[in-house]
Amino acid sequence: MALIVDTANHIAGYAAKAARVKVVAAYPITPQTTVVEKIADFVESGQMDAEYIRVESEHSAMVACIGAAAAGVRTFTATSSHGLALMHEALHWASGSRLPIVMAVVNRAMGAPWSIWPDFSDSLSQRDTGWMQFYCADNQEVFDTIIQAYKLCENEQVFLPAMICLEGFILSHTTAPANIPNQEEVDAFLPAYKSGWMLDVDRPYSHANLVSPEYYMEFRYMIQEAMENAKQLIPKVDKEYGKQFGREYGGMIEKYKCDGADLVMLTMGTMGSEARLTVDKLRNEGYKVGSARVRVYRPYPVEEILKLAKNVQMISTIDRHISFGMEGFLGSETKAALFNQKDRPMIASFIAGLGGRDVTADSIEKMAQKSLKSMREGKLEKTTEWFDLKE
Amino acid sequence: MTLTKSRKEMPLTPLSSPTEGSMGKTGSWRTFRPEVNYAKCTRCALCWIYCPDAAISRQEDDSPKIDYDYCKGCGICANECPTKAIAMKREEE
Repeated sequence: MALIVDTANHIAGYAAKAARVKVVAAYPITPQTTVVEKIADFVESGQMDAEYIRVESEHSAMVACIGAAAAGVRTFTATSSHGLALMHEALHWASGSRLPIVMAVVNRAMGAPWSIWPDFSDSLSQRDTGWMQFYCADNQEVFDTIIQAYKLCENEQVFLPAMICLEGFILSHTTAPANIPNQEEVDAFLPAYKSGWMLDVDRPYSHANLVSPEYYMEFRYMIQEAMENAKQLIPKVDKEYGKQFGREYGGMIEKYKCDGADLVMLTMGTMGSEARLTVDKLRNEGYKVGSARVRVYRPYPVEEILKLAKNVQMISTIDRHISFGMEGFLGSETKAALFNQKDRPMIASFIAGLGGRDVTADSIEKMAQKSLKSMREGKLEKTTEWFDLKE
Repeated sequence: MTLTKSRKEMPLTPLSSPTEGSMGKTGSWRTFRPEVNYAKCTRCALCWIYCPDAAISRQEDDSPKIDYDYCKGCGICANECPTKAIAMKREEE
């Protein structure tokens, strides 16, 4: 094991190397660029035994990964924002073909207007593509989640691709310490790649051809089943990783001081780290507040949300995302998960931090105080509130 | 794909092995029909190389034989033929 100090993007490159990825096809885009630069450096200097395919677009990057994964090797790519949007069609082909591709998505807001700063509007726009989605809170988690993701994606009960999402600049270009395990340690955790099916020149066939209405639904249902299986496996893989490497992340959802809490602030990504500072401060002041971070957004942690909701009076969601004409997905889906419960907590949803606006522990404290006021009064001022919006 | 009643018997993703005529007799899609003038043909086999549907085979003397069950009438063979030995004729003519 080696302790290094580096950016989350470079650390994602270290993870691809440690996972013994054999094909990387990528197109550079801010703020993802240094992920694939690091990998190019590893390949060029002979530290990583992989084929690095330079392509003319993100669509081609994903299609090259699909081809390589179908030919029977472990693949990796990375992108951001408009690059991810350009991949959209191919994302469906990867999941529908049940290929366990792992991709780092360095979150960046969508234009117009142009922004290079982070929010989750890029990856959450790909919610329904059949990819699993993980959201990381720090540099170390980026490394650990990429390794865990290969183990999970390649499980025969799953065979689905996964996006490992990390917020641009907040993580991507921020230097922090991380433990990089030895190759032998990673090999012991992550066995060699085995695909669910493979292209074979001696037994030629084509895949994912036209399917009549009589069979299409079943193929869709099998993806849904795989997502449900992943829900069972994610905590197990996380625990097994924890046993071997000493770090685990609560499986689907990372809870912080939720025991005995009246109010839980529900977040994703780095806001989850900030929320812990808020909780510490408010707990010191006598407020019964906890925080929970949705680490896996697809499959959605419905059961964990139900468990969490049992003992609290209120949940406040903070979305670094807006689904125009509605609210943020985290808010909507948390409400949907709880709708059929008799005694469900009050739920407030906040939209915050779009296009890279800072969401600090102080910001989360203000949202928590607003929530506590609503909780005391028993009614919400607004069901969805845009936090820190200029009047 | 084999017909199946249970999804337990289904593969992860549909896989299709190449079989002759899996889409039916695609020659019925044809509007123009290639006809070989064997007197002009030099047996160069360019038509056989270029046919995208493998609907042309080589006979013993290397002259082409067109399989009208699967020839869609795209006309590539006629275009490539250096001696203009293949004519495209309207089906109904």
